[in-house]
Parts: sequence; C-alpha cells; structure tokens
Amino acid sequence: MELRELCLIVPLAPLAAAIVAGLLCRVIPRSIATLVCILGCAVAFVASAVVFFDVRAGASFDGAVYTWVASGATLIETGFLIDPLSSLMMLVVTFVSLTVHIYAVGYMRDDASVNRFFAYIALFTASMLILVMSNNFIQLFFGWEAVGLVSYLLIGFWHERPTARAAATKAFLVNRVGDLGLILGIGLIFVSCGTLDYASVFRLANETSGATFALFGASESSLLSVICILLFVGAMAKSAQIPLHVWLPDSMEGPTPISALIHAATMVTAGIFMVARVSPLFELSETALSFVLVVGATSSLLMGFLGIVETDIKRIVAYSTLSQLGYMVAALGASAYSAAIFHLTTHAFFKALLFLAAGSVIVGMHHEQDVRRMGGLRKYMPVTALAALVGSLALAGVPFFSGFYSKDALIEAVAASGIPGAGFASFSLLTGVFVTAFYTFRMYFLVFHGKERFSAAHGFAPGETPRESPPTMTFPLILLAVPSAAIGYFAIEPMLFGGFFRDAIATAENHAVVEKILAHFTTPLEMAMTSPASGVFWLTLAGVASAAFLYLMRPTLPAALRSRAGVLVRVLENKYYFDALYKAFGDGVRSVGKFLWLIVDTRVIDGTIDAAARGVRWIGKGLWQSIDGGVIDGIFVGGSARAVGAASRFLRRLQSGQLAGYAFFMIAGVCAMLSAWFFTQTKGFLP
Amino acid sequence: MLTLAHYLILAAILFATGIAGILFNRKNLITLLMSIELVLLAVNTNFIAFSHYLQSMAGQVFVFFILTVAAAESAIGLAILVALFRNRKSIHVDDISTLKG
Amino acid sequence: MEFKTFVFYFLAMTLIYAAARVITLRNPVHAALHLVLAFFSASGVWMLLEAEFLAVALVFVYVGSVAVLFLFVVMMFDVGADRLREGFRKNLPVAALVASLMLIEMGCTLWLRFSTSAERALPHAEAGYSNVKVIGRLLFTQYAYPFELASVVLLTGVVAAVALTLRDRRASRSANPSEQLRVKPRDRIRVVETPIERPDAENDPKGVE
Repeated sequence: MELRELCLIVPLAPLAAAIVAGLLCRVIPRSIATLVCILGCAVAFVASAVVFFDVRAGASFDGAVYTWVASGATLIETGFLIDPLSSLMMLVVTFVSLTVHIYAVGYMRDDASVNRFFAYIALFTASMLILVMSNNFIQLFFGWEAVGLVSYLLIGFWHERPTARAAATKAFLVNRVGDLGLILGIGLIFVSCGTLDYASVFRLANETSGATFALFGASESSLLSVICILLFVGAMAKSAQIPLHVWLPDSMEGPTPISALIHAATMVTAGIFMVARVSPLFELSETALSFVLVVGATSSLLMGFLGIVETDIKRIVAYSTLSQLGYMVAALGASAYSAAIFHLTTHAFFKALLFLAAGSVIVGMHHEQDVRRMGGLRKYMPVTALAALVGSLALAGVPFFSGFYSKDALIEAVAASGIPGAGFASFSLLTGVFVTAFYTFRMYFLVFHGKERFSAAHGFAPGETPRESPPTMTFPLILLAVPSAAIGYFAIEPMLFGGFFRDAIATAENHAVVEKILAHFTTPLEMAMTSPASGVFWLTLAGVASAAFLYLMRPTLPAALRSRAGVLVRVLENKYYFDALYKAFGDGVRSVGKFLWLIVDTRVIDGTIDAAARGVRWIGKGLWQSIDGGVIDGIFVGGSARAVGAASRFLRRLQSGQLAGYAFFMIAGVCAMLSAWFFTQTKGFLP
Repeated sequence: MLTLAHYLILAAILFATGIAGILFNRKNLITLLMSIELVLLAVNTNFIAFSHYLQSMAGQVFVFFILTVAAAESAIGLAILVALFRNRKSIHVDDISTLKG
Repeated sequence: MEFKTFVFYFLAMTLIYAAARVITLRNPVHAALHLVLAFFSASGVWMLLEAEFLAVALVFVYVGSVAVLFLFVVMMFDVGADRLREGFRKNLPVAALVASLMLIEMGCTLWLRFSTSAERALPHAEAGYSNVKVIGRLLFTQYAYPFELASVVLLTGVVAAVALTLRDRRASRSANPSEQLRVKPRDRIRVVETPIERPDAENDPKGVE
C-alpha cells in the first residue's frame, strides 16, 4: 500500500471508532463500543508500525490530502508530513493508546458510561495523530485544540464530582492562555511568510531571520524570537511548564487510564513535539532557546520537590511527569532535540506504566489514593508491584533501564550546551536526579513495602486484603514494562547517534551538543557499565538510599523532619502558592471591578443616565401632547386610515364578483399592453 | 407563396376571435370555456408555425405540453361547472357573484 | 396559386368561419359542433406545417374527448339559450373594438416582420423522416421529466374532475364487515340499573301500566 493511503488509515481508524462509539453510545452495548474502539486503535497501531519501518527504510511523505480552505492565493490544506519524527510519535501514541484501551476495559468495568469513555479516548487518539502527522501549522493547531477539548472532557469525565468539573475548567482555561500564544505565533508566521506549510516556512526562515518586529509599538525585537517565544508559550501550557503548570496536578481528577494516556504519555508531550518539529525556527533564535532552557530547568526542579511532600499516589506521579517534562524542555532549549524526543519516548512508556500501575493499586484499594494508607501491597498485588518497580527504576534512571539512557544523554547534552542559562539548567537537572530518585522510591516503598496500613482506608472490612487486578489490567502493565525496561538500551544508538531523525530536526553548527556527547559514547552496554564513574549514578543511588532509609528503616523520621522544616514544607504543600497567586490575581481583578461598579457605575454613569433620562422624558412629554396627539394621530394615522377607507369605498365597486367583469379587465389590460408595445417598439414597421 | 406571416396572421385572427368570444358571451360559462379553447388553439398554431420555420422541435414539444395542460384544464373546468350547476341549479354568470366586495 | 396555398386558404377560411360561429351561435350544442369543425381545420393547418403528430393528437384529444365532453355537458344541463344570450348586443361594440384593435396591431407587426420568411427557403424533410419518431425521442430523452410531470398534471385533472363531480349517495346502504366484526357486546346492549318501582296503584294509576 502507498504510504499516503497508509497514513490516512492511521488517524481515520480511531476517528471512525470514536464516531461509532460516540454517536451510538446510548444504543450499542458496552462490549461492542469497547471492541470497536480497541479495534480502531489496533488498526492504527499496526498501520503506524508499518509506516515506522517504511520510514526507517528511507521512505517519507510530505503532501496535501485535500484542500480545506481556498481563499484567494491562500490555500489551507490538510496534509501529512511523515518523517522519522512523526512516525516515531505515531508509533508511541498508538502503542500507549492501545495499551490504555485494553487497560480501561478492566479499570472502567463498573462505570455506567463506558461507551462515552471509549469514544473520548478513541477521539483523543485520532486528534493526537492528526496533530503529530500534520504538515502545516493550521492542522497542528486543529489537533492541538482537539486534544485540549478531549482532555477537558476526560478530566471532567465524572462530571457529577464538583472537583472534577473545577479541574476540567481549570485545565481548559490555562490551556487557553497557551493557545493564545500559539495562535499569535502562527499568525505572525503567516504574516511574515505568507504560508503555513512547515517545509515552506522553514525554507523562508533563514531569509526572515534578520527581520525585526515592532513589539508593543516601541521596542524592536527579532521577529523570529517573538514567533518562537509565542509558539513556546503554547507549548508551556500544553506541556505544563511553570507558570502554566497548575492544571496538570488537578487533571488527576480524571480516570487513571486518562492520566496515563493524556496527562503523562502523549498529549502533554505535544509541546515538546511541536518545538522539536519547528526546530529550524528555534535554532535561529538564541533568545528563544535560552528562554526555553530556563523555563524547562526551573520546572524540572521545582516540580520534583513537590513530589516529595505529596501524599496522593496519582499526584506524585503527576508531579514527576511535570518534572520530566521540564527535563525534555530543558533539552530542547539546549538544542538537543533528539535527546528530548528520546526521553519523550522512554518517558511515555515508563510513565504510562507507572500511571497504570497506580491505577491498578487504586482499584485494588477500593479507590483509596492516599499513599499513607497503603503499604505492603507487594504481597497482594505481585504483578502490579513488579510493574511499578520497573517503572520506578526507569524513572529514577537506574542503569540499563530506559530512563537511564535518555536522562543521562539529556543531562550531558545540557551540560555541553553553551546557551545562556545552561549552567543553571545543568545544576537544576543534576539536583533533579536526586529528587526524582527520592520521590519515586518514596512512593514505591510507601505503597508496596513496609507496614500494612490499609485497614485505615475506607471501604475495607476488618481483615480484608487488596486483590490483584484482572488480567485486562495486568496485561497492559506487562506490555508496557518491556519497553520501559529495554527500549533505552536498544534505541539510544540509532536515535541519538545513528542519524535516525535525518533532516526532521535541524541543529545549528554551534548548537550541536549531541555530537559533542557522541565523542565519548561507545556502546549502550559500556555506557551503563561506566556510569558509576559519573556523579549522576551516585546521585540516583543516594536518592534511592535515602528513600529506603526514611520510609523503610525509620518510618517515623519523615514526620519528625516535616514538623522541623515548617516553612519549607508549607511552601511545598501549597505548591509554591501558584494557585493562591492566580486566585489573588483573579480576586484583585474582581475587586477592581467591584470598585468600578460601586463608584463609577452607580454614581457617575447611572447618575448621568438618570439625568439624561429625566431630560428626555420631559421633552417627550411635550412632544407627545403637541406633535403626537395633533400631527401624528390627527393627520398621519387618522388621515391615512380615512384615505384608505375612501379609496377602498371606490375600489370596492370594481370587485363586482362578476366573472365577465374580471375577464373584461384582464383582456383590456392585455390590449393596453399590446398597444403600448406596438406604438413604442414597432414604429419602424409602420409605413 | 406561403410565408410565416400567413400562419401567424391566421393565428392572430383566431386569437382575436377567442378574445371577442370571451367579451361577447359574458353570461355563458360554456361558450366562455370554448372561447378559451380557441385562444389556446391560436397560441398552439403560433408555436407550430415558428417551430416549422425555425426548424426546431422544441416548439412542438411545448405544444404537446400545452395540449396536456389544456385538456386537464377543460376537464376540471367542466367538472366545476357540473358541481356548480348541481348546487345552484344554474350556470348563469350573474348568479355567481359570491366574491362581490 | 399553387395547390398548397389553395389548401391553406381553404382551411384558414373554414377555421375562421367555424371560430366565428362558435362565439356567435345561440345554441350551445351548435357552438360545440362548430368547435369540432374549428379543431379539424386547425389540424389541417398543422399538417401543412409538417407537425403531423400534433395534428393527429389534436383530433384525438380535442375532437375525440374535449369537444365531446362539451357536448355532453351542454346537453346535460339543457339550459335555456335565451337567457344566456342576453346582453349579447350590449357587449358587441366593446368586444368588437377590443378584438379588432388587437387584430390590427398584431397583424401589422406580424405581417411586416415575417412576410419575408418564405417557406421555400426551408429544407424539406427527406423520405424516411418521421415526425412522431423525432417527437417521441425528444419526449423520452431530453424532456423525460417534463413528460412525467405532464402525466402527473393529467392524473391530478382526472382525480379533481372525479372528486368535483362525485355525488355522495347518502341514501345507499351497505355493510362494513370489518366494523361488524369489531363490535363489542357493550356496543349492542346496555344494561341499565333502575331502582325497583313500587307501584302505588291508588295514587298513580298510570304507574301500573
């Protein structure tokens, strides 16, 4: 099959499934909806795999599928750009989506609106594929909004919960801020390049690189820097970077499979993907790269700290997602796009694995999410525990696991970078290594080891123990555990150093950090074996060891430490007061509004209006008596009525009811028309 | 030698006759209907004459449809007449003036 | 004068005479018969114009049905001709004026413009030519939908004529078997409970009856 047709199947299969399951969600039984969606996703996965290996073999595709809008010379087309980057994303998205589909069968077993759920996730898969396969900015934006919409729908999936509704609204609003940046960036690109095709824009980018742009009327800024920063603002909201990260922890209100699919593995990485996709633009703007680097590094460190004090199992994983997204963004800022995408790939697997494991724990705990009420679950949920252990090892970056390779490469790349802010970023990421290992194993030990505390959880009868989840839930765990453990070992060489991405991502000469780290890379095996020589390994080990010490050996110590470090803990528990800040901002706007309403609106405006109204009323009264009563009523209204009456009295005679009379008038009319025509038009015929 | 004008003038005379008939027989509905048939006949003759002289069959097809409609029209007209006669016991035009304003 | 011209003038004279008689005759039966004559002569004129199919159709449709219909209706009513003719003389001047005005105007225009379109310039149809075939082909290909519509118009005409003239015979009686089957006992018999009367013979002798 042609690559183009194959690519059409990839987004259309889940889309068709979503339409079937969504439109008929009240009609068809849950088994059919589930089956249709899984089938659609499986078809997309198989097709993506074929596309991936085709692309590996050297194929590529860039072209329009159909013209969406044609306005003057401007064509907005729907098209695909299939290159190593998008084919890799397609494979990751469809694979994680497929496992989540299967997992959700078990997880959503007791839910009443399963059909709706499956329709949503199938729709999400289609939207995400449209996003990554796009060959132009408009389609990217379309997919971007579509995944945002599905994310909103799924966070608020249990819409009878007020917290879920609030979280959905929050996610939607925060993403609007980012979307504003993205659409402004796209608009600027269109204004300056006159086209929205990736290929044409990148071709034109070098010519526009010197152009400046009058920002806010006065100061001249580099056009490309403005475009890149605006695009990155979009990425910041989607990929939850400080300060637009606030929606992601709250999005955990949605069902756990969603947290795995959307809020860990795929949608939140759309920002990373987008920046990598438009790397030719970012490469031309050192300012934008520096901004990206600093934002990413700050997010990775600050969000990692939050994971340490969090007690909700899903939120811990969510904060680790935020932190890892920060790593990827920092890598983007250091121009190590391939490292960022590599980490994105491994992260998609192990983070989805961790989330699904967390979901399995939650189901086993009768929807208890507080890690303080778990403990010792390894005995009762062995498969889940094993999966969580693999995920944790990968996340912490223990050698041989996938996270180790991607994170290590990423940290080295940032360290090698010469972009302003790289020193700070490097420090943040190194600190982050310790923090990541610490909170990851804190969670693991609290949940699966130590004392059994679940008798305190709600829904447990005395003596009842948690049970292992059904096979539909454990099977995806195994499915994800394999790549989580192994993909780094096999993928690092081709992806980072083997020229896998070909020309899909561009790197400027002076930013080639990945080539720098290639200098001392030999084999994946040796990389893992020589890791004890670097500080990263010992930082990881220290994190794991301190977690083990605090939560396994001295379980009373954390509480003591917590009471000692009062201010610090309070700052962390309030998430650096971001929510409070936003609330204060909202309240401030509201108070200003209230003040304006009280003073300006009621006094000044209402007073003026009242005065004006009194005047108008006084004039109106005068007019009413003289003009209205006399002139209008007397002459116009009454007069016209009288005129109509008189005319109709005359015309009534014509309405004789006599058929012959009507016929006569008709014929007379025809005769008159004929005569008129005869005497005006045919003068020339008369002798 | 015959020209198009011969036929057209024949049709015009027929048309004028029909019109005159409508105006003469202001009291007789049956003759009124017959006069209308004459007018239609004149129109049809015009169509056929032009169709012949322009060598285009469209005119004849049009006449075919006019014949159809005219047949339906006269059938309904006569049916109305019958219904009228049954109800009023008269087809005198003077008796039918319900629409008088 | 060639033969064809002679035929034309003969038919034209007949047509005009018949038309004139249609509108002037007192007796509607005679008028209808003259209408038949007018249709016949018009059909001849159409023959001269090489519209054979329509000429025959005119005879079939009009002479065969419409004129006969007129005759039926006229005979059925048997209205007094005298009353229908009243006002004839009064209307004559106006009618003659209007008609002659139209005739003169149309005549002048048509004669001046079209008297030069001679028939001789036209190519005459070759031997195998069939007017019916040509019209049929047109009707069933290019004009298929209008043709279908015309049939619908005719059907509507038939239904309307029947609906208008159908007399609802209320006097006739018939049994509807389905209604008979559907009947329930309570439709047929009604049991009414009445208090037992105590005949008071002395006070009200009628109550005993």
